[in-house]
Amino acid sequence: MQTYFYQLAEHLNSKMRLKECFTCTFSGEDSDFVRVNQGAIRQLGSVMQRSLTITLITGMRHTSELISLSGDFSLDSLRLDNLLQGAREKLPYLPEDPHLLYAETNVSSEQHGENRLSKTNETIPSILETVQGRDMVGIYASGGMYFGFASSFGQRNWFSSFNHNLEWSFYSRGDKAVKSYYAGFEWDPLAFQGKVDWANQQLDVLSYPSHTIKPGRYRVYLSPAALNDIIGMLSWGCFGVKAHRTKQTPLLRMLEGNEKLNSSLTILENTCEGIAPNFQDAGFVKPDRVTLIERGKFQSTLVSPRSSKEYGIPTNGASSYEAPESVDIEAGKLQTGKVLQKLDTGVYVNNVWYLNYSDRNACRMTGMTRFATFWVENGVIKAPLSVMRFDETLFRMLGDNLIALTAERDLIMDSTTYQSRSTESARLPGILVGEFSFTL
Amino acid sequence: MQEIEEIIEARFSAIVPNTDFCSLRLVQEREESLSVRQDVLQPVFTSTDIGVMITVIDKGGMGYAATSDLTENGLKSAVECATDWAHRSSKHTLIDYRILKHPNAIGEYFTVTKKPWLSVPLSEKIDLLQLVSKDLKTDDQIVDWEAGLWYTEVDSLLLTTHGGHIRQQLRFLVPTMGATANAGVETERRTFGGHGYGRQGGMEILDDLDFSNSGQRVSEEALQLLKAPNCPSGVRDVLLAPDQLILQIHESIGHPLELDRILGDERNYAGTSFVTPDMFGKYRYGSKLLNITFDPTKSEEFASYAFDDEGYPATKQYLIRDGILLKPLGGGLSQARTGMSGVANSRASSWNRPPIDRMANLNLESGDSTFEEMLASVERGIFMKTNCSWSIDDSRNKFQFGCEWAQLIENGKLTDVVKKPNYRGISATFWRNLKMVGSVDTVETLGTPYCGKGEPNQSIRVGHSTPTCLFSDVDVFGGA
Repeated sequence: MQTYFYQLAEHLNSKMRLKECFTCTFSGEDSDFVRVNQGAIRQLGSVMQRSLTITLITGMRHTSELISLSGDFSLDSLRLDNLLQGAREKLPYLPEDPHLLYAETNVSSEQHGENRLSKTNETIPSILETVQGRDMVGIYASGGMYFGFASSFGQRNWFSSFNHNLEWSFYSRGDKAVKSYYAGFEWDPLAFQGKVDWANQQLDVLSYPSHTIKPGRYRVYLSPAALNDIIGMLSWGCFGVKAHRTKQTPLLRMLEGNEKLNSSLTILENTCEGIAPNFQDAGFVKPDRVTLIERGKFQSTLVSPRSSKEYGIPTNGASSYEAPESVDIEAGKLQTGKVLQKLDTGVYVNNVWYLNYSDRNACRMTGMTRFATFWVENGVIKAPLSVMRFDETLFRMLGDNLIALTAERDLIMDSTTYQSRSTESARLPGILVGEFSFTL
Repeated sequence: MQEIEEIIEARFSAIVPNTDFCSLRLVQEREESLSVRQDVLQPVFTSTDIGVMITVIDKGGMGYAATSDLTENGLKSAVECATDWAHRSSKHTLIDYRILKHPNAIGEYFTVTKKPWLSVPLSEKIDLLQLVSKDLKTDDQIVDWEAGLWYTEVDSLLLTTHGGHIRQQLRFLVPTMGATANAGVETERRTFGGHGYGRQGGMEILDDLDFSNSGQRVSEEALQLLKAPNCPSGVRDVLLAPDQLILQIHESIGHPLELDRILGDERNYAGTSFVTPDMFGKYRYGSKLLNITFDPTKSEEFASYAFDDEGYPATKQYLIRDGILLKPLGGGLSQARTGMSGVANSRASSWNRPPIDRMANLNLESGDSTFEEMLASVERGIFMKTNCSWSIDDSRNKFQFGCEWAQLIENGKLTDVVKKPNYRGISATFWRNLKMVGSVDTVETLGTPYCGKGEPNQSIRVGHSTPTCLFSDVDVFGGA
């Protein structure tokens, strides 16, 4: 695959005319997807897809085009030739772009994942056997993902990764279920069995009659998975320099007002310990780490190449979305085994769902509890909780009301598969919050 | 595309497997996006994504293989892979696929386009966006502004071993614009209906929407919001404009009626439904004024088509009539699984994802109240426009929505502008409080390009056409 991509890049190089240059990115995957409902296969299939995005540049004019690749050089090179022809015809009609910035260096790199995956046709029967008798619903995705960058300046970057991601729920009754994840680079039946055992234990509690609480403020524990959804929401237009300079970041009241985050909170874009490629579409290589929030205070933003040019500050290799891809929150001191004791009486939230801003300007979010959420009294789980809507500002949740972060953290590999499998990840602790607003 | 279709058709006929059923779905999606931000043309992006999905049903199992390799070898490998998966799945399958009637429809469908995208030169489109961009910058407090056009062509060919042969060519345009106003720590944003004005057709859509003359209004409304007080809290009548109501229909009627949700397929991701199979035919979903249709025949609407992605012919159907729930959003497979009647809504986001039950065009049929009559009937209420926040529980019951813009209604008249309007409620009771339904002149044809669902995930275009409607006893509130 890498050789093929480089062959196409060389072909493009050979077609460049005077004053022309190009950058291009390769994206590909070979994935098996197995969808399960009621412990049986609902849909089973494979997806093989490859595409190339080429940016043709003359001076400060540029245009980008993505095409699918067949893998047959004679066919794909012809498509590239046609693409170049179309791009050349288009360029004269485009104005010069004052914010164009691309890597003119030659910072080449290679990161090859080792394929230690089991065959899907062997893994699936074993999964179904392990969960026999359970109402299991979910998705198993497995296979290779490939990304590359090449430019007419000779830079070549390659990244491949082979992983599996099983995300499933065991249902007890109605909407009462336990959500579980098992992602990794090698299928380990014992590790999977351990996660099944943990889920089975939680299912026992879910069989108790549900407890309903009145809207109000409660002490809560949010698991790493729940915090991941909240941080995922926050990442949407919060940490980028463009959002900061145009006053659209939900952190505005902290940056220019009186709101504060707790001093125990440090948030990083931790590329070197994530699972995503460390290069981006314009050829810039990301630093190992960018500290976004340090001990509760704003530290730095993510800066894309365009923003770098627009605002006159150096890029740190962010994508055009300027959102973290390998977010990391530093651990605290609360031992996970002591969470229930410290929670004392309140709500233990394993998962939240469907978050959105109810007041973006105030960084106030709403969302629902989902899956295994429990009512806890005196440090003991008493009952599953009927789903509740929350509506809370980040400055309360992760500000004065943040009591503790757990010492242990989970590495959560993003299981989303819109268009293609994600390479994003998050390493997060759980958090104990003194007051958390439930509204419906 | 026709040349590719002919080549693929010939290749498919040469490699058809000896199985109970096999289909080939070829999809080519071409996109061009243009946008101008702060009077600067943003990177022009074009894409041509083409691929094939092979689906095989045999021995009671089903398997698929999708590939961007359209060579003879590529297609042959895909057929072999799909056949292998079908055989392997038959031992552990949830559904015995022998229950399925295989479609064999032959037909074509083309979007009605009056002014094709390509008939307007690139420079003219950029000039238009520059013009709108300049109109959006009306004041120093406007700190960010942009206008864009996102055009997509989707050409598809569906072939089945039972004689099915369906060609469809759909053309979509999504116009957008937005202005962000700021003063100190207050920031307000107003848009041109978010992404809600996506429709099928060509550049004539912009004329219908008066796109080129809307920049100044959008900008001025952002500035008005900056000076406005927060939306008050309390229980009031709420008048919802179409560009908010579409999300209410989408989340609290569309999703709960999807039959695959009701069957539990989505419980790990998109969720389940408070609707159960026994409710159809008798459950009062809303007041007598509520009439909901699945209507893929409204040519300008975002998700119009003649056949779904499994090849079943699509027609207009009432899902809720006079407030009573009649029919689910279930395609051929879901209908076979349940024995219930449904609609042709088995759709895939592209060639690389299998079809599942989706909304298409899900519309609220117009009533007989004028906008003025609805307004006049309200003593103390709020008029809300343009969704900007949406959230609902996994059973599609407890919801909360937020809008960009609102005005108080006092004694039958629109008065002060208020910012950050939100409301919350429960689907099962909300629609029963539908008090008045706007007449046809209040109807707008809208939609969303981003309806997410499925494992693996799929984002798909959905259309919603609705009049303005009035609801009583709604819990409203404002910003922090």
